[in-house]
Amino acid sequence: MTASIRTLLGASALCATGLAASAETTLTIATVNNGDMIRMQGLAADFTAAHPDIKLDWVVLEENVLRQRVTQDIATKGGQFDVMTIGTYEVPIWAAQDWLEPLDGLSEAYDVEDILPAIRGGLSIDGTLYAAPFYGESSMVMYRKDLMEKAGMEMPEAPTWDDIAAAAEAMTDKDAEIYGICLRGKAGWGENMAFLTAAANSFGARWFDMEWQPQFDGEAWKTTLTTYLDLMNNYGPPGASSNGFNENLALFQSGKCGMWIDATVAASFVTNPDDSSVADQVGFALAPDAGLGKRGNWLWAWTLGIPAGTDAPEEAKTFIEWATSKDYLALVAEKEGWANVPPGTRTSLYENADYTAAAPFAEMTLKSMQAADPTDPAVDPVPYTGVQFVAIPEFQGIGTAVGQQFSAALAGQVTAEQALANAQTLTEREMKRGGYIK
Amino acid sequence: MSRAVKPQRKALNTVLAWGMGLLIFFPILWTVLTSFKTEAEAIADPPIWFNFSWTLENYFTVQERSNYFRHFWNSVVISVGSTLIGLIIAVPAAWAMAFVPGKRTKDVLMWMLSTKMLPPVGVLVPLYLIFRDLGLLDTRIGLVFVLTMINLPIIIWMLYTYFREIPVDILEAARMDGAGLRDEVVHVLLPMAVPGMASTVLLNIILAWNEAFWTLNLTAAKAAPLTAFIASYSSPEGLFYAKLSAASTMAIAPILIMGWFSQKQLVRGLTFGAVK
Repeated sequence: MTASIRTLLGASALCATGLAASAETTLTIATVNNGDMIRMQGLAADFTAAHPDIKLDWVVLEENVLRQRVTQDIATKGGQFDVMTIGTYEVPIWAAQDWLEPLDGLSEAYDVEDILPAIRGGLSIDGTLYAAPFYGESSMVMYRKDLMEKAGMEMPEAPTWDDIAAAAEAMTDKDAEIYGICLRGKAGWGENMAFLTAAANSFGARWFDMEWQPQFDGEAWKTTLTTYLDLMNNYGPPGASSNGFNENLALFQSGKCGMWIDATVAASFVTNPDDSSVADQVGFALAPDAGLGKRGNWLWAWTLGIPAGTDAPEEAKTFIEWATSKDYLALVAEKEGWANVPPGTRTSLYENADYTAAAPFAEMTLKSMQAADPTDPAVDPVPYTGVQFVAIPEFQGIGTAVGQQFSAALAGQVTAEQALANAQTLTEREMKRGGYIK
Repeated sequence: MSRAVKPQRKALNTVLAWGMGLLIFFPILWTVLTSFKTEAEAIADPPIWFNFSWTLENYFTVQERSNYFRHFWNSVVISVGSTLIGLIIAVPAAWAMAFVPGKRTKDVLMWMLSTKMLPPVGVLVPLYLIFRDLGLLDTRIGLVFVLTMINLPIIIWMLYTYFREIPVDILEAARMDGAGLRDEVVHVLLPMAVPGMASTVLLNIILAWNEAFWTLNLTAAKAAPLTAFIASYSSPEGLFYAKLSAASTMAIAPILIMGWFSQKQLVRGLTFGAVK
């Protein structure tokens, strides 16, 4: 073989290698730092083994940083991400702006109809799915069975707010640093306002009437806020105005809360004997109601969506189909056990005897999720979707500002009446600015 | 004649200094301690000080989940790169303002300082769009450019202050001996300003290393430095304090070690000319 032929062959081989390398697609996935998402990152080798032409780059961020980062990127068409982890708040707003690729053409094996209807409805516009749920959650009552027994009480499966107040009073023993109830107090649309908006639904309150007029000057919001403040001031832990999910989780796990009404995802934490000192004493009940036909529980899902304009929509769809499929649930179960499977997305999961046996909170989680309807969240009709939020772009700002007022009321800096009046004024101002009302 | 310090006063000063030092150092100490606890021990109430089951598990988990060395290398390139480029621009600028001041020199200095008063978020979207169009998003060179511009006023101000302490007669003597501008700066000015230069370099590396707003907003996967590495362990829904502490310890360790070994230079530079 002559030198020139060898050179030609070598060059051809190099070209072939180069072409092969260029055929590889890299997906940049922006996701949130929580247990289920990190588990997905750990199991991604299963996906790349089946799709060697797709490489995955992960950007894991804290929830609020992630939200700001992906919103900025998608609004400016920055093109930094191929798959974004977004919540049920963003999906309808972004889909309406044509910022998300529709998730049509999913395979038959994926079984779209298996996704819980309440979740699917919140992620679809005109029947088209714009993001696939990775895990879903509602809120429910987690309570100490031993303290209830000691108080001679029994928690109903579907308690009223009066039941909650009575149980909180009976379990409180401030000398022993046991507080009857722990609720979110930290200001933020996804913090105290997630709880209070969901609770307000059960008291017949709503953010806006059908003409987008704010409703904080109504009697229902007054009842909501005073009930919350009475519960927390009489039976809550000190400094509750700065408590969010993590602070209450730490209090509950260390045995200092009689009850905690919060995300269903907390159930797996408080029943984990490695982290919780009360793991074997936790009971579950539906979020309370006031007899008006709506319960005070929310509905949320972390979902995977594809930003419009990505260079690799098909590969992104392939990844999302893998991560949100029934097969993925089976993979997690095989590697880490059924109790660690991401909950709240598929009907079939709750029909699986292995799962319901491994997760004692599964039944209550499903019932809680079924009790919330994002398209009909309040007692009276509303012009918006969302149970614990209002799916309009202005809500993040308004919700946090109102949350600051309510947090100040909990801290004793303003009265409930002042907080509600301030909330009404600021919401009216922002809605006028947004052109919703004149 | 120096005044004798009473032993009681000296002891009090020592105790106060140690107390202040420990108070400032306490958050770092607590972070390091927490990094060796389990998640349950990390949230224990009352807090556990030293009597816990020391574990390296958090460090293994962090290393397994994230590519620490890629983030570390990005931090090194971004902080050292932006500081060096900043110096190249700042030395002639500070020389001109210190030794050949004009009528508006003070105004220029104040204007440069005023750029630090603008909240960064005010220019985030315009800069993001420019970076998008120039293909600089998620690149180290883009971050080097931004951090150079952000820290340039501080570098110029610090060098200007140090240069002003150097007697102009020495530079004139060099000129009379036939030194050109380049020789004057490189062989006369800079050697005399070494302590000031060193502290400027160190301070700017620390500032760039810790910068979190731009490094989080302009990066994704490829150019993300250690600030993004820490951010990936924070969570409002789930207790990951021990892992977060391990990630924070790994992120601040290099800069702490650098600061420890260079503290003499840093203190000498920062107090340069403070007492005449």
